[in-house]
Amino acid sequence: MTCKYLLAYYCMKDVNNKVFKALADPSRRRLLDRLYASNGQTLTELCEDLEMTRQAVTQHLDVLEAANLVTTVWRGRQKLHYLNPVPLQEIYERWIRKFERPRLSALHKLKSQLEGDENE
Amino acid sequence: MNKSEFVYVIYIRTTPERLWSALTNPDFMKQYWFGMHFETDWKTGSHWQMVFPDGRVADTGEIVEIDPRRRLVLKWRNEFRAELKSEGYARCTIELEPIAETVKLSITHAIDHAGSQLVEAAAGGWPRILSNLKSLLETGEIVLKAEAAVS
Repeated sequence: MTCKYLLAYYCMKDVNNKVFKALADPSRRRLLDRLYASNGQTLTELCEDLEMTRQAVTQHLDVLEAANLVTTVWRGRQKLHYLNPVPLQEIYERWIRKFERPRLSALHKLKSQLEGDENE
Repeated sequence: MNKSEFVYVIYIRTTPERLWSALTNPDFMKQYWFGMHFETDWKTGSHWQMVFPDGRVADTGEIVEIDPRRRLVLKWRNEFRAELKSEGYARCTIELEPIAETVKLSITHAIDHAGSQLVEAAAGGWPRILSNLKSLLETGEIVLKAEAAVS
């Protein structure tokens, strides 16, 4: 329970810091890629064909989970790992979308001018 | 893996009561679900449908399990894209768990075959909806209004 409270606390406190730090490491990005390719894997499955130790993979997964980029679900005795893109959506909205808006608006104006729509 | 599945989690600074109301109140739902809303009586075994702003039906299904403020399980079928509708029903589980001053909202969407386009489409839609919902509950405003207007 304490762990869950801590997780929620960190997720709320500085979720962006956690996400950027988690993504800064190539091994962790690789783990996310592996989950994207096949979602809901056990630790053993995630370790296959990786040149990382099981312990290193566990540590990376802990960082990804603290950033809420990976969600875990217990199915019987198996702990399955799922890619959670929700924090990435928030970063997209915070850091990328605002730069797209002027471009969309410029394209919209261009289209209106070319098509001769005076009502826009 | 002989199933398609995703599990999304978001932490929202709110109460289970407010979040449940946001998930089940059609007028509130329209604000973060790009104008769409659920029509149902929210009882176990009841039919539900998701309706576009223009009245067309987007998705339908059945309420498998409902435990207010805690858990909602839905059978979920797409109605407006033939290739998705032909896949039949997926199962969507929505769970709320209060943790500290937040509510952990988990969305699980699954179907019993690999490579499901239906689950993939749902997986693509939820992050924007959840992000909007969080923003609306925490700040009173949505973040994606502009896009809804453009597209």
